[in-house]
Amino acid sequence: MTRPNTLDRRAVVASLLKDRGDLLVVGGLGAPSWDITAAGDHPLTFPLWGAMGSAAMVGLGLALAQPRRVVLVITGDGEMLMGMGSLATIGVQRPANLTLAVLDNESYGETGMQETHTAHGVDLAAIAAACGFTRAETVRDMAGIDALRERLRRNEGPLFAQVKIAADAPPLVLPPRDGGLLKNRFRAALLGPDAALA
Amino acid sequence: MSTAPAIDWPADIHAALKAAQVRQVGYVPDAGHSRLIKLCTGDAAMRTVALTTEEEGIGLAAGAWLGGERAVVLMQSSGVGNCINTLAMIETCRFPLLMIVTMRGEFGEFNPWQVPMGQATPKSLSLAGVIPQRAGDPARVGEAVAGAARLAFSSYCAVAVLLSQQLIGAKSFQK
Repeated sequence: MTRPNTLDRRAVVASLLKDRGDLLVVGGLGAPSWDITAAGDHPLTFPLWGAMGSAAMVGLGLALAQPRRVVLVITGDGEMLMGMGSLATIGVQRPANLTLAVLDNESYGETGMQETHTAHGVDLAAIAAACGFTRAETVRDMAGIDALRERLRRNEGPLFAQVKIAADAPPLVLPPRDGGLLKNRFRAALLGPDAALA
Repeated sequence: MSTAPAIDWPADIHAALKAAQVRQVGYVPDAGHSRLIKLCTGDAAMRTVALTTEEEGIGLAAGAWLGGERAVVLMQSSGVGNCINTLAMIETCRFPLLMIVTMRGEFGEFNPWQVPMGQATPKSLSLAGVIPQRAGDPARVGEAVAGAARLAFSSYCAVAVLLSQQLIGAKSFQK
């Protein structure tokens, strides 16, 4: 029906996180969080193990609290579809430091590869554009990923990228599961050990 | 109570939130929250975030805390049901959470469709790990929010202040 999606999810995420420096990262439930971890577990990554549909909003709260830091949310098409209203909410707030990258394999990968709505033409990038994102695009090649990695640090957001990836399932690389640990190490790394305990 | 002097309890809530250094205010509007939303929107120290559905506010509050800010989420009792699965993140990560919920489906309700969720609100919150705290006396709403904020942010709890429908009704009759 559409062009074949060939991008390798692990290569996409590794490229987005190359030389990540002080980048703040939120991972959506499921494979996107495994991809982020495969690129290197990091205290300034907050991977969601649940709360499906919330990744974009966690990113928004973080971006508003830290306007001088760059926030990147990496999630999947199924997770984004569940929180589609948050695109409207972000479109109203327009945080310049927030980017959403949706790894779109047109499938619910964790549950048996059932088709998501994007397999039937639902265009998340068009929805994000209509919600007021500064730039919303569909990325189909690694040159587009390189450009996105540069652009997301320019403070010209909110940016949205629907990244068409191959529907495969690379080996699991899991982040820590303890939510208290994930939260506290993120705050300690971002705010300093004293603030994290305040 | 209709002859009692008017107490500006929404202003008391705003003052309590300000004293608690709440910076992000996520909300789905409710008539009972309308004055508080206006006060927060007019406060340069607060960022109001209109939500399309209540569970967005739970994610917002978690993200705010990760970034070192405190948030509050305003909603009506019908919206509590929308938050349930998202609240699992609050409990399992031990995020502080402050919710202020205007009650429907109780005192003097005229819409039967509001009753099931309104009646289920305190128990639903408890089951989801949120401490419900009732506030019905206009003179004590401010201190109820101040106490809930302290419980949330100093003891890392999830707390919901439930503003009784009697309180909201009293306000709308005065308008």
